[in-house]
Amino acid sequence: MSFKLNALFSDSYVDISQYRDQHFKGNRYEQEKLLKQSCTLYVGNLSFYTTEEQVHELFSKSGDVKRIVIGLDKVKKTACGFCFVEYYTRADAEHALRFINGTRLDDRIIRTDWDAGFKEGRQYGRGKSGGQVRDEYRQDYDPARGGYGKLVQKS
Amino acid sequence: MSRRRHSDESDAGSQPHKRRRTSEPIEIEDRLESLICRVGEKSTSSLESNLEGLAGVLEADLPNYKNKILRILCAVARLLPEKLTVYTTLVGLLNARNYNFGGEFVEAMIRQLKETLKSNLYSEALYLVRFLCDLVNCHVIAAPSMVAMFENFVSVTQEEDIPQVRSDWYVYAVLSSLPWVGKELYEKKDVEMDRLLNQIEGYLKRRQKIHVPMLQVWTAEKPHPQEEYLDCLWAQVQKLKKDRWQERHILRPYIAFDSVLCEALQHNLPPFTPPAHSDDAVYPMPHVVFRMFDYTDAPEGPVMPGSHSVERFVIEENLHCIIKSHWRERKTCAAQLLSYPGKNKIPLNYHIVEVIFGELFQLPNPPHIDVMYTALLIELCKLQPGSLPQVLAQATEMMYMRLDTMNTTCIDRLLNWFSHHLSNFQFRWSWDDWADCLTQDIEKPKPKFVKEVLEKCMRLSYHQRIVDIVPPSFSALIPANPVCSYKYGEEADSSLPGFAMTTTVGNAIKNRASNEEILIVLKDVPNPNQDDDDDEGDGFNPLKIEVFLQTLLHLAAKSFSHSFSALAKFHEVLKTLTDSDEGKLHILRVLYDFWRNHPQMISVLVDKLIRTQIVDCAAVANWIFSPEMAHDFTRFYVWEILHSTIRKMNKHVQKIQKELDEAKEKLEKQHNKKQRDSGDEEDMEKNSEDEEGQLEEQIERLQEKVESAQSEQKNLFLVIFQRFIMLLTEHLVRCETSGVDINTTWYKNCIERLQQIFLMHHVIIQQYMGTLENLLFTAELDHHILAVYQQFCALQL
Repeated sequence: MSFKLNALFSDSYVDISQYRDQHFKGNRYEQEKLLKQSCTLYVGNLSFYTTEEQVHELFSKSGDVKRIVIGLDKVKKTACGFCFVEYYTRADAEHALRFINGTRLDDRIIRTDWDAGFKEGRQYGRGKSGGQVRDEYRQDYDPARGGYGKLVQKS
Repeated sequence: MSRRRHSDESDAGSQPHKRRRTSEPIEIEDRLESLICRVGEKSTSSLESNLEGLAGVLEADLPNYKNKILRILCAVARLLPEKLTVYTTLVGLLNARNYNFGGEFVEAMIRQLKETLKSNLYSEALYLVRFLCDLVNCHVIAAPSMVAMFENFVSVTQEEDIPQVRSDWYVYAVLSSLPWVGKELYEKKDVEMDRLLNQIEGYLKRRQKIHVPMLQVWTAEKPHPQEEYLDCLWAQVQKLKKDRWQERHILRPYIAFDSVLCEALQHNLPPFTPPAHSDDAVYPMPHVVFRMFDYTDAPEGPVMPGSHSVERFVIEENLHCIIKSHWRERKTCAAQLLSYPGKNKIPLNYHIVEVIFGELFQLPNPPHIDVMYTALLIELCKLQPGSLPQVLAQATEMMYMRLDTMNTTCIDRLLNWFSHHLSNFQFRWSWDDWADCLTQDIEKPKPKFVKEVLEKCMRLSYHQRIVDIVPPSFSALIPANPVCSYKYGEEADSSLPGFAMTTTVGNAIKNRASNEEILIVLKDVPNPNQDDDDDEGDGFNPLKIEVFLQTLLHLAAKSFSHSFSALAKFHEVLKTLTDSDEGKLHILRVLYDFWRNHPQMISVLVDKLIRTQIVDCAAVANWIFSPEMAHDFTRFYVWEILHSTIRKMNKHVQKIQKELDEAKEKLEKQHNKKQRDSGDEEDMEKNSEDEEGQLEEQIERLQEKVESAQSEQKNLFLVIFQRFIMLLTEHLVRCETSGVDINTTWYKNCIERLQQIFLMHHVIIQQYMGTLENLLFTAELDHHILAVYQQFCALQL
């Protein structure tokens, strides 16, 4: 009776992705274990101007939000386009992956992914200029993310 | 090998499978599952040829994999109701080739039906009954034995002392299967069927329908009556009968195989007695059929089947089933909805939009989380950009027009959906079309709706954005700029009591004073409530709270995180200042006063205050119902706060209950282990005794905690209901004495908010029915208020 049809009832939005944090203190296995139990999501492609309030309003639609940590430029200490959203339960985080991932916040399609858990220091961008790595090398002009990529700006 | 050839045929057009060179049993089983699950999906071959092919494969595999095949087929019968006729045809073909297998399948289905009924899985049981009925069409089951089962179902209506929802289900199971099998059963056993339908008609006439008003989305009968589900289905079956059971919508692949199938031998269903009623049984709640469209709404193209046509029923059932199967995968769900078989003959977009809103507005609760429907509608718009957005806009316009009679809970869900939807489409909307709301009193449903939508839109963006997106004429409906209101700011009157202290406190905070240091500083704040100088100043001092909290919140106003940090840092101070009920109420007042233009901030801070136990849930309830909050009583954010508070209370009780259950389980395991290990060395026995002792202590503590939490929970609901009764009674008495009609906008809002409490938390509230009836909802109560309670009771009777 509890026989499930594997062929049919997938839940692909909730699967862990290929991304692994290179700065994670521990091995791959440990990281994956945490990802599979986590209640924390990484949220990317935010506008630099998106506020904690906006993130809270949107992500509360899938459950009670425990904490939001806005990602900061390591040098300027200003928002640099990502954040962490932690829920009280994994089930609420799963709903966010199913229904909020890939929709818009501040007119931008945002991406969410499982995170192993916030640790002090992880709120900073890891790009050379202080922001996120993706903003170092990109060629396009994105007014909500500081304009051109850092490399383009320097040239 | 013949198997591979057959498999290739039935796989034609579906996703490429790896050719398996080995024949590992597990792999073959997975393959069988995949083949069965995928039949009926888009393919270059016809459905008939795929079914034929698959039947051949399965027949060949029966000797080795019979049990697996049985289990898979039983599972698809239970879990894939939208593909019902595809699978009944498959079973029909198998039965024609292998009579014994057909018999075993029917037996397995009956076993499954019994289990689902015992496990309170009523929707799955329904699908199983429907499947069995369609097997009559496939010559697997003999019609007379099906009629006999129906007779047993209908005889449940003669049982005494059962909840109405029990007999409802059995009647529904019979009626809802008739679109599929009515024709066949009437051809074989018309006398018996007529008798059955007469019995059902008698039952439907005598059953009570007190619950209906509580479940209706609109209170108005026009343009579409919101019918009770059994009444609607009865009307549809009546019409079908009048049409001599001619049903043309359902896809019936077995018709193509008629020559093969009618050669098959049929099985008789074993006599089936519905399992007796037990106290653990939880039957489905009644519901009201949601209708918002009719044939006049789809301007071109195929006509929408009428509200009492059986086609309408079948289409809606199938669309609901598709959502139930695929809600987790929004892209798949949208694609499946849009590829509904027979879609060219119906205005599919309209049906889809109606079914989705029907679920979103379902009372007491939607079948799935609200945000799923937003995401699903967005996916549907992506897949049909030329047509679906227009239907959605039309639907939104219609719902706006009918706001005056829409249930407040449904308005909440509508505005949540609409604002979130708009935020995905740059807030583009023809606001001018709604200019009529500007001439109405701002408390009326239409302007109120627009105001609340704009407030929600602002939360997802920012104030200036909202100013930019609406025409200037809408300025009265634009939300306030969410800035704080610091009482002791530079422009404040310096003669305000406590004004001088705010600088001292502010500096202390900036200089990283500790909690003790702050408390010492605050000792100098006089207490306006006391003239006594002997008092040590530990009692409730509203001015202390005011001075401290206003200053703290002002320093931390920059963001949620800043405010949360501030509350955490000075937890001790806040706890000390709010040690009494008055203190708790006052901190909420000060918080409101400071952040009155930023309801979202109020909401998150109240949440933190509860979670850090600075205020308790009852304090929040009392605050919401206090006279100071009367002017905001009909605002959406207030109810967001109250419901969030109740949910926190409920989760708290659940959490401790779980801890208790786990500890009890642990103890039991210990006991069992002890019995197994008895006779071991003394040391081990002593250790396990200690452990047991600790566990028992823990259990005792947890038991107390659970009781205390439940008591708090009960008290919370009592407070809330009491306050509602007071407010509503006041209004009713006032209206009566001055000869005014009671049905003001405020009254509709308030009484529906009371209903909302019952509906949203019905599971918990059922536990406290006895107390509620004895203490609050007594016969002396005004009948308007009592009616809400009675309707609620009727939901599960």
